[in-house]
Amino acid sequence: MTATEAPPQTTPLKAKQRLGDIVFSRTSLASGAAILVILALVAVFLIAQSLPALVVDPEKFIGSPPSLWDYVWPLVFGTLWSSALALAMALPLAVGIALFISHYAPRRLSQFLGYIIDLLAAVPSVVYGLWGIGVLAPAVLPAYAWLTENLGWIPLFSGPVSGTGRTILTASIVLGVMILPVMTAICREIFLQTPVLHEEAALALGATRWEMITMSVLPFGRPGIISGAMLGLGRALGETMAVAMVLSPTAIVSFALLQSTNPSTIAANIALSFPESYGVNVNLLIFTGLVLFVITLIVNSIARYIVNRRKDFSGAN
Amino acid sequence: MATTVSMPKTLTQGQLHPRTPWVVLGLSIAGAAGVVSLISMASGEEFSLVGTVALGVLAYLVMIVILSRQIEGSRKATDRLVTALVTGAFLIAMTPLVSLVSTVVILGSERFDAEFFTFSMRNIVGEGGGAVHAIVGTLLMTGTAAIISIPIGLFTAIYLVEYGRGPLARAITFFVDVMTGIPSIVAGLFAFSLFAIFFGPGVRMGFAGATALAVLMIPVVVRSCEEMLRVVPNELREASFALGVPKWLTILNVVLPTSAAGIATGIMLAIARVIGETAPLLIVAGFTASMNTNMFADRMQSLPVFVFTSYANQGVDTQAYLDRAWAGALTLILIVMALNLLARLIARFFAPKLGR
Repeated sequence: MTATEAPPQTTPLKAKQRLGDIVFSRTSLASGAAILVILALVAVFLIAQSLPALVVDPEKFIGSPPSLWDYVWPLVFGTLWSSALALAMALPLAVGIALFISHYAPRRLSQFLGYIIDLLAAVPSVVYGLWGIGVLAPAVLPAYAWLTENLGWIPLFSGPVSGTGRTILTASIVLGVMILPVMTAICREIFLQTPVLHEEAALALGATRWEMITMSVLPFGRPGIISGAMLGLGRALGETMAVAMVLSPTAIVSFALLQSTNPSTIAANIALSFPESYGVNVNLLIFTGLVLFVITLIVNSIARYIVNRRKDFSGAN
Repeated sequence: MATTVSMPKTLTQGQLHPRTPWVVLGLSIAGAAGVVSLISMASGEEFSLVGTVALGVLAYLVMIVILSRQIEGSRKATDRLVTALVTGAFLIAMTPLVSLVSTVVILGSERFDAEFFTFSMRNIVGEGGGAVHAIVGTLLMTGTAAIISIPIGLFTAIYLVEYGRGPLARAITFFVDVMTGIPSIVAGLFAFSLFAIFFGPGVRMGFAGATALAVLMIPVVVRSCEEMLRVVPNELREASFALGVPKWLTILNVVLPTSAAGIATGIMLAIARVIGETAPLLIVAGFTASMNTNMFADRMQSLPVFVFTSYANQGVDTQAYLDRAWAGALTLILIVMALNLLARLIARFFAPKLGR
């Protein structure tokens, strides 16, 4: 620029495009696009491989069910039922633990406990399965016997009681224990983000600790609790090994918790049947996998929707 | 309360002594122990520790509420009840977790020896043998998955933070969320469907397992890297731009070094997450008793699948198989813990000094 007066700009100033810039931005764009492509491939391949199961005569499936849905429905039911039980058991506990860590435990202890919870969230599911079958199932047998004897008139607990403890309730307890650390971690995170001024204002007005929590912490943390619960539910729906190892499955639809015939879950059924499957049965299993994918997708979308809708009001972002 | 007009004599009047709850708890447990031992003597059954604790806690809840209601009023009584319940929830939840860890350590140390880490399961039917083939398989497959997913994940995060505007960025964010929710077994089915097209319906190979793990790992890497890149203060970027540094060099020399510790932590945690995946590997990598270091041919054992198959296909000598399963579980937990610790240490010691 030697001229003193700037020439009138007809086109907006444009930065010089360097080769490095172009390469770098193209690479990152390509990576982002690759994710979309991978996800599209997942959907396309799953659909392509499950199509044969939809058109073939159901007589050819293993166990020759009357129709495709007679095979799929008990599995869907088992998946939803076990996950719902796990969530019902784990959610109150998770909120309780998160409150304990964030607002009840001494400060120094709470950091350590948070770290322990994070570690437990990383324990592989196959270890939980091993624990469930080796330790939990024998341990709960007396309790199950007591429940059927004394509360057997409630359909949930109706007998005859399973002799091994490998029931859907045991599987749900294992699932609950598994999703507990994840849900606790999310709830704790959001409880800790509560504005301190809100808490102090409540306490200064004479509220007890519990009143302070109901007035400031819980309203603030509600989206976090919901998204934590949904994330836990998504985990429980897709969890494979713990259920596959603990449950002794039958293809039935039954709400009974303690009997020896239990509905299996989609994921566990795939893991157990896949190694020995051949021909059209593989397509059948892939179709159930597609169903599972759709179910988890719906659950996750609901969670996302709830969190996004409330995000603007809570200030938790 | 409303009729009381006299001022309290001291500040502590109308409050329980700080030690009172502990005394009440001790009394409740002792009383419960007495009742339970009486029952067990009368019925001839064994003394039940679980029953004692349950009864004692119940008695404590009732007594502390009544006591507090009498002396402190109903609001404080509710507070004490909730405190007890929240603490109880914590202790209840800790029981299975403590039981899990202690069981794995006790039963796992049985076969946690040199042979376990030097032998494979080839030609072994009873005692002995080890999991070296599974450990090698796990390292190979997880390593390959990491090599695939770290560049894709990191560059996607860079795109989202530094370049991404408009519908494409929104779509990527949304679909990364969707990908986070893919059940691991579905990732396994995907890898199977993909490789079955090229290699026939009975395909089992290590690389397919690595692909499935990469599908699970990419969204985790994107998420944590994105979070870390967003933490980098904009002032740093602007300072660099003001000095005339091109954008890609700014990212390479300013943004990435600043967030390197966080990114390393996120990647470690992502590896820790997929190294324990069982289901996808069971489907596409299969299981075997022999060492296999070729990613592109034949079945490849991995540590989680080793644990599962040792448990599921117990041979004649049941105990030997169970011991190996528990030892495998212990190894797996130790690896995961080590990765977690490493991630924490990196985060602590290499965190950028942002002048605060």
